Amino acid sequence: MKILVCPLNGPRPVSEFAYGGEVRRMPDPDACSDAEWSAYVFNRSGSPGVKFEWWCHIASGFWFIAERDTARDYVVATHTAESARKLAGAAGATSTARVPGAGGTAP
Amino acid sequence: MFTHHESLKSAYDVVIIGAGGHGLAAAYYLARDHGIHNVAVLEKGYIGGGNTGRNTTIIRSNYLTPEGVQFYDESVRLWQDLSTDFDLNLFYSTRGHFTLAHTDAAMRTMRWRAEVNKHFGVRSEAVDAAFVKRALPMLDMECGGHAPIQGALFHEPGAIARHDAVAWGYGRGADRRGVEIHQQTEVTGIRVAGGRVTGVETTRGSIATPRVLCAVAGYTPRILDMLDLHTPIYIHPLQAMVSEPVKPWLDPIIVSGSLHVYVSQTARGELVMGASLDPYELHQTRSTLDFAEGLAAHMLDLFPFLSEVKVNRQWAGLSDMTPDFAPIMGTTPVEGFFLDAGWGTWGFKATPVCGKTMSHTVATGRNHPLIEGFTMERFAEYRLTGEKGAASVGH
Repeated sequence: MKILVCPLNGPRPVSEFAYGGEVRRMPDPDACSDAEWSAYVFNRSGSPGVKFEWWCHIASGFWFIAERDTARDYVVATHTAESARKLAGAAGATSTARVPGAGGTAP
Repeated sequence: MFTHHESLKSAYDVVIIGAGGHGLAAAYYLARDHGIHNVAVLEKGYIGGGNTGRNTTIIRSNYLTPEGVQFYDESVRLWQDLSTDFDLNLFYSTRGHFTLAHTDAAMRTMRWRAEVNKHFGVRSEAVDAAFVKRALPMLDMECGGHAPIQGALFHEPGAIARHDAVAWGYGRGADRRGVEIHQQTEVTGIRVAGGRVTGVETTRGSIATPRVLCAVAGYTPRILDMLDLHTPIYIHPLQAMVSEPVKPWLDPIIVSGSLHVYVSQTARGELVMGASLDPYELHQTRSTLDFAEGLAAHMLDLFPFLSEVKVNRQWAGLSDMTPDFAPIMGTTPVEGFFLDAGWGTWGFKATPVCGKTMSHTVATGRNHPLIEGFTMERFAEYRLTGEKGAASVGH
């Protein structure tokens, strides 16, 4: 991956972007257990796979979501946060674990 | 140098996943110090082909936390006798180690580290710019004018060693004591019954075993997935490169956190150079031009006269990073499954002490006192062991 397609600015060199980590659902801090909260704070899904990740186009300060295969460094698609949320709504309950805001469990 | 075993036995007392320095060291001490010889070391590639053969070979104990300093100090002590122990020349070479400080804030951290180090009997001193200039006359003290050197943390025991030989030494020692090393053997599953380990599935058949030690660095999350264990480990590549061989001119090891550089000169004259992690998660060991350009530019800030020197090789390893820059070691919620992981960018220097402490932990079923600050449970208890300030470069 040397070019990343920003949903706002189009194809740009990857050096213009900052990686923000995998998109993860925050459990309700008032309702969840201590174990659930510490798992959310610290634990990560470390194995390779296609993941939804936060990226920021630094020059424009625009945060968006890239769907990227972390084994091949291949970007499947990029989405605005809003379109990713819609995508999550459209996908079935079985495939939404990694999609932002879809009610999946934190990894 | 190693015995070739045609097939796996049906059962072992201990199975170690990963024939890198850490796995082989644990096998060596299990056989030598704990009398456990019926051990298999399984390696999906070849001996020492992972991060053992991909690091920049720096050995030091100038860490920040009491847990870290004591642990790495014990490692340095073990390193110093290792060539004799193995009857194999590791080219262990004590060079002295300078961590340059370019800002007042960095100087403060150097003083902090020096005081913690001295408290535990480790030879480290915060030194001023004049000391650095005297010791390293080849250095551009202004760093091209944009990052003038204020001083440094000088750590006299800092050393380098031939990394491949470490894996060979431990491997040969383990092999001679009856340990079986199986290369080209990938673990595909771990059998658990009633919360404890009962066996391992591999590409060459099944094995029954009550104890498994996992020492696979960047592949740790894939093994933990087999057991549904969750950790904070995340994987970023770490690249490094070497120059063509040149006359010996650089004796000490030089590190600059602000310029993201660490460099030493090997016995055959190559400059071994490293920098920060790649900026995002990736499970690949490809090299990038971005890395070579960035590192070369910072090397020239320190040593402008190297501008005509060529880069010979560049490579990468997979770093298993943790949020507090300390490893994750010891027992796990699965009985009989032991972890030696989270070694990120700081694992090579710890090879001997990891072998010592993990063999003790596997043999007794209880964490060695030196690794109590590194347990997997520390995250759930918000009891982190913050070593980021002692990392070679800012990540």
